[in-house]
Amino acid sequence: MLRDITIGQYFPGHSFIHKMDPRMKIIASVMYIVILFVSSHPLSLLLGVLMVTGMYMISRISARMVIKSLKPVVPIIIFTAVLNLFFMTGPSEPLISFGFIHIYPEGVRMAILMAVRIMCLIAGTSLLTYTTSPIELTDAIEVLMGPLKRLKVPVHEIAMMMTIALRFIPTLIEETDKIMNAQKARGADMETGSFTQRAKALIPILIPLFVSAFRRADELALAMECRCYRGSVGRTRLKQLEYTKRDAIALVVMLACLAAVILVNIYL
Amino acid sequence: MAVIRTEHLSHVYSEGTPFVKMAIQDVNLSIEEGELVGVIGHTGSGKSTLIQHLNGLLKPTSGKIYIDGEDMWADKSKLRDIRFKVGLVFQYPEYQLFEETVYRDIAFGPRNMGLSEEEIDRRVRQAAAFVNVTEEMMHKSPFELSGGQKRRVAIAGVLAMNPKVLILDEPTAGLDPKGRDRILGQIQEYQQDQQNTVLIVSHSMEDVAKFAKKVLVMNQSKVFMYDDTEKVFAHAQEIEQMGLAVPQVTRVFARLAEMGYPVDPHTYTIQAAKRQILDLFDAQEQKQKKGGM
Ligand SMILES: Nc1ncnc2c1ncn2[C@@H]1O[C@H](COP(=O)(O)OP(=O)(O)OP(=O)(O)O)[C@@H](O)[C@H]1O
Ligand SMILES: [Mg+2]
Repeated sequence: MLRDITIGQYFPGHSFIHKMDPRMKIIASVMYIVILFVSSHPLSLLLGVLMVTGMYMISRISARMVIKSLKPVVPIIIFTAVLNLFFMTGPSEPLISFGFIHIYPEGVRMAILMAVRIMCLIAGTSLLTYTTSPIELTDAIEVLMGPLKRLKVPVHEIAMMMTIALRFIPTLIEETDKIMNAQKARGADMETGSFTQRAKALIPILIPLFVSAFRRADELALAMECRCYRGSVGRTRLKQLEYTKRDAIALVVMLACLAAVILVNIYL
Repeated sequence: MAVIRTEHLSHVYSEGTPFVKMAIQDVNLSIEEGELVGVIGHTGSGKSTLIQHLNGLLKPTSGKIYIDGEDMWADKSKLRDIRFKVGLVFQYPEYQLFEETVYRDIAFGPRNMGLSEEEIDRRVRQAAAFVNVTEEMMHKSPFELSGGQKRRVAIAGVLAMNPKVLILDEPTAGLDPKGRDRILGQIQEYQQDQQNTVLIVSHSMEDVAKFAKKVLVMNQSKVFMYDDTEKVFAHAQEIEQMGLAVPQVTRVFARLAEMGYPVDPHTYTIQAAKRQILDLFDAQEQKQKKGGM
């Protein structure tokens, strides 16, 4: 049923990566993305693969999860690989010529590099949400976006909105389930019929759902006001984010890898 | 013949996950036609789970359900017909309203049944009359009504399907005493008028004592007792031990009987209580008169 959907796929744990400061995890993720895009040599990409493998081993998240996170991007990977394969041209002789299609060795190389790069990208960034709870994540985003406040970006408000949205996903799923059952009890038929009939059958579910979402939003706003919520001004936190030795180690490792990739690019 | 019969009905939520939960266990029930049944039990005892099985919204993990002697899950294509036969009003049904007008919302069920326009109109008006939804309200948006009015409209939406069995999950939750009596009175009237079977889940023992002919007591996912109202309340002590309250009059009368007054300790309605107390006073008066002579 609907209830089985899990969103914000966080897997609680106590590994090194789980315990890292969420801000450092976001920074490290960004650095990892940079490393992947800077690395054009197979050797540096190999480092990227090793890094992601190592990180998954440290976090003790099963390989099944990696496969699960890669599944939705398989079409994209295939698409880019095919494009590279067919449209990349090079100075050397084509490997295969078939009518107007020419496949060059550069194309093959690029196709493989691209596929590996995308897979590393998805697997690496998924690790962030696998090991960080949504609340920690929004807290970290708020702090990291802090400098934007100077540009009058409502950073705190954005983070608060994200937190609330995440908090209400399970509630809304439950509500949808309930409304669906209530309308089914009145004979609503959602499983059969043409596409338009099925789309129409959604109305009795969507309208009550929206109405209740607005009602909840109203109530929540009122409750927040009653507790004197007035935005970020003068607000303190129960849980202060703190960098520890762990984060320093992670930063050093990431910087070393980045340096290695750049060196490989320059000298090889 | 029993309208509803269940055999070894069990339901397990989230099977195969760490959140597995046995919600009902080995329920064997037989509900006869035309009965008005009150369903009581602790929160979490499985009442809502049980009634959602009775119109096929939940599939039993094991066991069977027979409606009019027919196995409900034998032919899945008939499931929709069963939902028209067994009408279910959910807890807080006002949140399911969606149409532009009250009239159209009440007509949603009958329209799904594929009835003719005249028949739909007749049913909507009849159902609206049962729960005192006025003609003026019929053309308003359901979102303009008060909470109690919305509740009545939602109940009318199920009544309009004219189900053979009507099941209501806590129809009076969150209403004031007056609104509560009103809805219960209207349901009772509907039941007497149509001679249909009605099941009402309720947390209020007073209400159950007032309207129900039979009571189904659920305890820790099992049926604790299913019997006539007076017989169930004769087990006041056991029911109290389960953490459920028996009607207050019952407690008063049990205590009176304990103190040696000649009253029935299993009194559970105000009417019966009133009669007995008046009788008691009459008897006393007569004794005094005799003594004075
Ligand atoms: N969709 C669900 N998924 C998992 N567990 C559930 C679900 N619905 C109910 N339960 C569990 O099953 C048990 C029985 O729930 P049920 O809703 O039937 O109780 P109830 O008797 O109706 O309670 P109440 O009086 O509070 O309405 C509870 O322990 C509940 O936590
Ligand atoms: Mg319930």
